[in-house]
Amino acid sequence: MDILTAIAVMALGALLLGAALGYAAIRFKVEGNPVTDKINAILPQTQCGQCGFPGCKPYAEAIASGKAEINLCPPGGNEGARKLAELLGRDYAPLADEVKTEKKRVVAVIVEDRCIGCTLCIQACPVDAIVGAARQMHTVVEALCTGCELCLKPCPVECIDMRALPETPETWRWPEVERRGIKARGQRLESMAAC
Amino acid sequence: MLRTLFSFPGGIKPDPHKEASARTPIAPVPLPERLVLPLRQSAGIAPLPTVRVGERVKKGQVVAAAEQWISASLHAPTSGKVADIGNYPLAHPSGLPAPAIVIEADGLDEWQERQPLDWQNLAPQAVLRYLQQSGVVGLGGAVFPSHVKLDTEARIEELIINGAECEPYITCDDRLMRERAAEIVSGIALLRDLTGARQTLIAIENNKPEAIRAMRGAISEHRENFAVITLPTRYPAGSLRQLVYALTGKRAPSNVLPTAMNVQCFNVATVHSIWRATAHGEPVVRRVVTVSGNVRAPKNWEAPIGMSMTALLQLSEPFSDTDGLIVGGPMMGLSLPLTNAPITKGSNCLIARSPRIFPPRPPESPCIRCTACAQACPQGLQPFELYWWSRARNFDKAADYALAECIECGCCAYVCPAAIPLVHYFRFAKGELAAAAREQKMADSAKSRFEFRQFRAEREKAEKAEKLAKAAAAQAAKQALAAATKSATFEEQAQNAVASSQEERH
Amino acid sequence: MTSYLFLLIGAVLVNNIILVQILGLCPFMGVSKKLETAYGMGAATTFVLTLATGASFIIDHYLLIPAGLEYLRTLSFIVTIAAIVQLTEMVIAKTSPLLQQVLGIYLPLITTNCAVLGVPLINISHRHGFVESLVFGAGSAIGFSLVLVLFAGIRERVDTADVPQPFKGAAIAMITAGLMSLAFMGFAGLDR
Repeated sequence: MDILTAIAVMALGALLLGAALGYAAIRFKVEGNPVTDKINAILPQTQCGQCGFPGCKPYAEAIASGKAEINLCPPGGNEGARKLAELLGRDYAPLADEVKTEKKRVVAVIVEDRCIGCTLCIQACPVDAIVGAARQMHTVVEALCTGCELCLKPCPVECIDMRALPETPETWRWPEVERRGIKARGQRLESMAAC
Repeated sequence: MLRTLFSFPGGIKPDPHKEASARTPIAPVPLPERLVLPLRQSAGIAPLPTVRVGERVKKGQVVAAAEQWISASLHAPTSGKVADIGNYPLAHPSGLPAPAIVIEADGLDEWQERQPLDWQNLAPQAVLRYLQQSGVVGLGGAVFPSHVKLDTEARIEELIINGAECEPYITCDDRLMRERAAEIVSGIALLRDLTGARQTLIAIENNKPEAIRAMRGAISEHRENFAVITLPTRYPAGSLRQLVYALTGKRAPSNVLPTAMNVQCFNVATVHSIWRATAHGEPVVRRVVTVSGNVRAPKNWEAPIGMSMTALLQLSEPFSDTDGLIVGGPMMGLSLPLTNAPITKGSNCLIARSPRIFPPRPPESPCIRCTACAQACPQGLQPFELYWWSRARNFDKAADYALAECIECGCCAYVCPAAIPLVHYFRFAKGELAAAAREQKMADSAKSRFEFRQFRAEREKAEKAEKLAKAAAAQAAKQALAAATKSATFEEQAQNAVASSQEERH
Repeated sequence: MTSYLFLLIGAVLVNNIILVQILGLCPFMGVSKKLETAYGMGAATTFVLTLATGASFIIDHYLLIPAGLEYLRTLSFIVTIAAIVQLTEMVIAKTSPLLQQVLGIYLPLITTNCAVLGVPLINISHRHGFVESLVFGAGSAIGFSLVLVLFAGIRERVDTADVPQPFKGAAIAMITAGLMSLAFMGFAGLDR
């Protein structure tokens, strides 16, 4: 008899709680994944596709749904991966091996003598950074170029070079401080630990 | 005149080292043979060259013209030939070259035609444009174009003239006030008229009694009602925010302009250059530079813009153990190796460095949060927190602790018993934050362009589909018509079909 | 009224659920790397814990005791807590998806948080009435959040400090937790 009461009580409880949860699931239904936008804001928007997704937003969606790692974006670099790790509370990992390692910012430059004006690169540029018209020489607007290299392949005469931007006094940044005292102390500790 | 001064927090009292260079009058400089004029000599946008290589220029002729409002023109400091336009090293911590115009002097030092400006009968905007074309910028070191500061809708209560000169070693403003007080006072009167300021306050630290006497004398001679305010000597009393607070009690965060507090502030050297420009038609082609430190003859030199720094240093006979230069004061200036970089409008002081006068900083030891830096900070910040997060590269956290409010005055590093180069950490963190903001802006713009491109592609697709649908509809209508008339022969129908398919192809 | 105040202060400080009773260490170590996360976790646990104490009191007094089924306490409490956690997760997913992402696995793990089960059981062994149970539950939850936030604040700073290599990471966190525990033992003096 006791055992029957016990089963009845537990079944009743489970039924009640199940009903409450079922109602809540309908009441608090979430559409879409709002985290995507936050992830997308961190991605560098080069739209280069080096992560294996066709653009930054698809990659952001893949991260948000847990289908992709956060360290697949070479233009964002290790710093970008660190920011994503912080946002999502995941563990930070440096850039994955399957994607190329971090690079300095480069821009595409069209060698004007060789350009035949085929407009293929204009169609390939995901951020509208190339201007020109059919059979007219094209040029890359340096300030708009994200260095994604998507224009290299379509060019039939290989007239596009990737060039690193030279550092100027305006873009120069103060370097990190060399910590003489503390660093030396740390090294001493490490050598002691080795003993 | 009695006036309560407000006391800003923190500050330090370093050894002034001013007597040496303040003793002798401002000396003219023998004309150098070659002058290098970096295009960017003011905050804002660099002016664009208006001369070609090989062209002859006269002294005071425009060689680069300001095209934007926040920009100031650049002039030939002497007559001669434009020898080159290219990249030359600057007095910048990076040592990177920047665009500059090189002028080879012909030794004649021949002025272009100079005409005083009839500013009293001109609209204020015309006067401002004239100042821009005369290349007038803040000569205190910030090199912000003066006409932009004057271009405001705000009502100016207090016009503050900054003659505090609080950094050690520097005496160029002190000498200028002693020797050219009359011209400065005339310039102040001009600024007072331009701004319509109710009150004009001239702030001078109390360690410059002769400058104070000279300015008071010139004011009474000109029958003006300017007040010379004697400030207690404490670094950084001459810093804009600290000075405004000391005189008026007004305070605001760094993103609020002084004009929003109904205050405007000009350096005495700037006022002098404004007067030279308006009353004598002389654009800014020279400035007074203090040369001091490890030299036999510390002095203030009136040097042409573009003169090599080492050449100027040689005039003061540096001792043989000189191993570098400090450009600006010892607190906020840049420590550089002996460089041929040119004097610019912002270079107020050159200090010859030697291990004797400036012994190398002892190695940094760990921060024990003694808060000596917080007590010294004139901005009321907590430098030890800023240091902690900057060092950990957690820049957002540093920004939360108001890193942007730091004026890099160096008080914290001066008092730090652990010898931590705090300001260097802050400059590093600020640079990283600024770079991150730049990158974010680029990414945002790339994103919006990418999205617009996608929208455009979709629109084109939709338009194409619409066209196709229209063509198909037209064909269907034709066929229906043909079927309805019935009289059409089989041949005609075939012709119709061919025609419509051709149409579709077009 | 004062007895409730004593109960509350006792639960928050003197008998702090984490540092004195040593319950709920999993989220304490796991979700204390960032201050923001600690705030979120603290709020979520406070919500769950307070609801769970109320619900378990009702179930115990009006279902289990009348039916003579006291031996089912642990089982039925866990089921109740699980349901409340599910509900909390839905609410958070709706209101703050980022927090849900950040809390990750620790949010469903509140279910197995021994603090959440421990507090209702303590309530019963101390024979607390309904209001007392709620006050004790809320107090424990506040104590949990307080310690979690304090610990996260310390860890954020320790993360950037020059910690000797062998002590980096979890080791220094454990030492920190131990020192905090010692400090909270001092509140025992409030009792006398």
